[in-house]
Amino acid sequence: MTDAFIFDHVRSPRGRGKKDGSLHSVTPINLLSQALAAIKDRNDFDVAAIDDVITGCVTAVGEQGGDIGRFAAIMAGYSDDVPGVHINRFCASGLVATNYAAASVMAGQADLIIGSGVESMSRVTMGFDGGAWLFDPQVTNKIGTVLQGISADMIATKYGFSREQCDEYAILSQKRTKKAWDDGHFKGAVIPIKDSIGRTLLDHDEHMRPNTTIEDLAGLKASFTDMGELGFDSVIMQKYPEIEGVNHVHHAGNSSGIVDGAAAMLIGSQESGERYGLKPRARIVAYADVGVDPSIMLTGPGKSARKALKRAGLSRDDIDVWEVNEAFASVVLRFCQEMDLGTEQVNVGGGAIAMGHPLGATGNMILGTALDELERTGGRYALTTLCVGGGMATATIIERV
Amino acid sequence: MTQRAIKFDLDQDGIALLSIDVEDQNMNVINQTFMEELEAHIKTIASDDTIRGVVICSAKENAFLAGADLNMVLGDLAGRDDATPDAMFEASFSLNKLFRALETCGKPIAVAIAGLTLGGGLELALSCHYRVVADNDKIKLGLPEVQVGLIPGAGGTQRLPRLMGIQLALPYLLQGKNMTPKQALANNVIDEIAPADEIVNKAKAWILGGGKATQPWDQKRFKIPGGQGVYDPNIVQTFMGAPAMTQKQTKNNYPATVAILSAVFEGHQLPIDKALEVESQYFTQQLLGDVAPNMIRTLFVNKNKADKLIRRPKNVPEAKTKKLGMLGAGLMGAGIAYVSAKAGIEVILLDRELEYAQKGKAYSEAILEKGIKRKKVTQEKADKLLSLIKPTADYADLEGCDLIIEAVLEDPKVKADVTAKAEAVIPESCIYGSNTSTLPISMLAKSSRSEEKFIGIHFFSPVDKMPLVEIILGEKTSDEALAKALDYVRQIRKTPIVVNDSRGFYTSRCFMTYPLEASNMLAEGISPVLIENSGVYSGMAVGPFAVNDEVGIDLSHHIGEATKAALGDAYKTEASHKVIGKLYELGRNGKKNKKGFYEYPEDGKKYIWPGLSDHYPLAEEQPSQEDVTRRLLYRQALEVVRCMEENVVTAPEDADIGAIFGWGFAPWTGGPISMIDTIGIDTFVSECDELAKKHGEMFDVPESLRKMQRDGEKFYS
Repeated sequence: MTDAFIFDHVRSPRGRGKKDGSLHSVTPINLLSQALAAIKDRNDFDVAAIDDVITGCVTAVGEQGGDIGRFAAIMAGYSDDVPGVHINRFCASGLVATNYAAASVMAGQADLIIGSGVESMSRVTMGFDGGAWLFDPQVTNKIGTVLQGISADMIATKYGFSREQCDEYAILSQKRTKKAWDDGHFKGAVIPIKDSIGRTLLDHDEHMRPNTTIEDLAGLKASFTDMGELGFDSVIMQKYPEIEGVNHVHHAGNSSGIVDGAAAMLIGSQESGERYGLKPRARIVAYADVGVDPSIMLTGPGKSARKALKRAGLSRDDIDVWEVNEAFASVVLRFCQEMDLGTEQVNVGGGAIAMGHPLGATGNMILGTALDELERTGGRYALTTLCVGGGMATATIIERV
Repeated sequence: MTQRAIKFDLDQDGIALLSIDVEDQNMNVINQTFMEELEAHIKTIASDDTIRGVVICSAKENAFLAGADLNMVLGDLAGRDDATPDAMFEASFSLNKLFRALETCGKPIAVAIAGLTLGGGLELALSCHYRVVADNDKIKLGLPEVQVGLIPGAGGTQRLPRLMGIQLALPYLLQGKNMTPKQALANNVIDEIAPADEIVNKAKAWILGGGKATQPWDQKRFKIPGGQGVYDPNIVQTFMGAPAMTQKQTKNNYPATVAILSAVFEGHQLPIDKALEVESQYFTQQLLGDVAPNMIRTLFVNKNKADKLIRRPKNVPEAKTKKLGMLGAGLMGAGIAYVSAKAGIEVILLDRELEYAQKGKAYSEAILEKGIKRKKVTQEKADKLLSLIKPTADYADLEGCDLIIEAVLEDPKVKADVTAKAEAVIPESCIYGSNTSTLPISMLAKSSRSEEKFIGIHFFSPVDKMPLVEIILGEKTSDEALAKALDYVRQIRKTPIVVNDSRGFYTSRCFMTYPLEASNMLAEGISPVLIENSGVYSGMAVGPFAVNDEVGIDLSHHIGEATKAALGDAYKTEASHKVIGKLYELGRNGKKNKKGFYEYPEDGKKYIWPGLSDHYPLAEEQPSQEDVTRRLLYRQALEVVRCMEENVVTAPEDADIGAIFGWGFAPWTGGPISMIDTIGIDTFVSECDELAKKHGEMFDVPESLRKMQRDGEKFYS
């Protein structure tokens, strides 16, 4: 099997996913093409040599629809010869894009390839692509579909995380993110996003609230109490009859933020690296996708991590850097509980609670963050994982070279 | 052509009047004859050029059309084991095809409605092009199919949302609630309201005025009001929320609700012809399942028979109660006085002190006051009802009573004393009923001057809400007493079952096994939350611990002690008795003192008392929900079988009705006996044998059931 290496990684800053967000005026294809252009400009390869551009995007309708990666590449100045394909595994899409890119290289079916992700949540509203699992009564009844926040609250209830613990974790995320930015940990990956005449629209993550206090968070009303009462609590409780009631602990302050962003990663074989003078930064060792109960839906990261570790022939203690997407505080707390890790061991540079979670791009972004952290600390292995709607998770292990 | 269901008349204007008058039926229902005749009429209407339009009405005053004949549906289902799904679909689809043929026959069709219009009746109306309804708030229009486990199967899931909008229509489909004519007009379900004697003329006038023979959904650019299809932003939220709201109610025990949601979801992305096929497919799916047949049999067919007093001795002339002597004005007495006066019966409400009797009457006053506030009752009606209740402490007031119901303290001495005092006044012919729930009727009857006239009339609390009355025959109770009691139950519009004397009779005895088995499991270290939720999720009306708290732990304890004393060596001790004893000892008497299995905080929802796990620590291994549910339901079902074996309850129909309406047994099963039949006696017996091995003799299989297993019999043929 051919080894697949990461040569480069870039990401956009994350803009607030609202009408006043700095990236709201940027079309998603433009956002992605600026990331792809940066990959091209920072490296010296023949643009026609790219075998494929795999793009993760969750709400792939409207201007995010129609195989966005193919045309983003052309807009970024790649050759017409470069194909593109869109994939969707919800929140892990950006990571799955790199995994599939790596798999193509490992299988000998690609030499130089890009895995990317994009989501402009301010422009294409989450959920607007519909889906049988959300609306078709036959399906929702079979799987016990609830809102993700209800699932996150159920995780907190079932595994015993209080509102205070979730809030404390959120504060930790804010503080770590601020420090990581201040210390320049993201400067290698983040590219400024510009308008058509070259003015910089955004060069930093603007969702961060480093001054938030635990008291501020304590004042927020839990977001899913009313929807739970409407019926969703009952739906998920019928799956977990040992639970007397759902403890609603999540709110905007301890959940991932809604933001705009894009990211891209250049992946290839050693041979193609040598051909274009690209320096391998890490080897993609193994990845794993898993399914879990689609109702509680966000409990998969631990399972995916174990599956990937097993495939890689590694154990938990071999991992130096852990990145677990902060979709909700309880997801990370449950991951730490399940893997017997302290919160000080995961997401050391913060995460999506502070920076935001641009659905289709996040996996790509945090794999890059893990890589940067390995390089900064001199660690060897990093494991990146995300929980996924509908009861899935994906994990990827990389090794610094 | 025969005119045994629909009369056909053509007037000089060329308008055909189809007047529905189904023979041998008190109320119009859709049966085979109706369908055949309607089909023939549609052919005539379409082909006869002299027919300009059609008005459909009813020749019966009580109803326009009350839906499909469920007796016929149940009869058809008896042969379903031999029928292919294809054949069952074709049979189900035929009514849909017929109504579709009506609305596309090319002639304008109007309907004039002056009475009950339910199920297939409303669906027929929705297939007409113009709907006029009489100005009478008592007329009910609705699609109640879901209440017997079915879905509307003649276009209801398609035409109602196309007329009133998906979001507004769903509650009517999912809950089966009715509309008044005014609500129907506001919902765009009907076109006009007119005085009853003008509706046919109004319908004709619409035709003569050039009424169109095309439905809205057959016109170009038709738009469903309130949002088209599932991805309309106005509808998306509905299909996210409605299934969750529904599941909160149904606990996933009623497949018809999901079928309704799907028929609407899928049907509204299709043209009407395809949509109707989808509906029939989901309708057939219900017929192929077990829930609908069981619900139809118990909740409709057999309940109707019980309501019509199938168990009444035929040789006794009707004996309506005119003057009721209600002895004891406590919670039960007060409730019985209320429902009796509501039925127009004069009530003497007697208690030891006038003050107590007046307090009992105040119960009626409070209910009526609430009704007036909610505009459900007029002051005049309330006054009339209250004038029928006379509170008293004087036995002389009982003179002239034709029925006595006694609901005093559950103490044989007190009861005997009351009986003697009453019998000193009441006429020889008066029937004497006791509302005891624990004392044997034959024993109480011995203190009466006439054991023949003595009978048990057992009500459930709260009396004005609970639909069942359990009639208990003592050893010597006469046909006359039984007839009188049943006639009275019919007067107060409740459903009777008739059982024989036994400790706890039928309902109390079987009901108690439900909380007792829950306590057995608690004692084993099974999570009380898991036990409670398993009960609720199985479809039982209330969780086992919640219901035990409602009954009162002290009462459970006393009944247990009394049973123990009475049975002596035959008494079987189980772990639950100790659990009840423990809570009693701790002073946790239930809801009444705000502590029992639950805690009842002043300012919030009740929750399971955390102290339970100190006394009954959670076992490391917990059983599955299925295992817990099986124990809760099978334990009750076995007790029901024992009651049948001991001739306490003599008919499976009574057993099932009594279980559902008496103690809230899961309605989707059709009752415990229907449940056993559905599981199959073979499977049920072997599962009970397993349970007996693991959990003890409570699950011992009665010999009569083993015999049925050997003989390959079922309870319902």
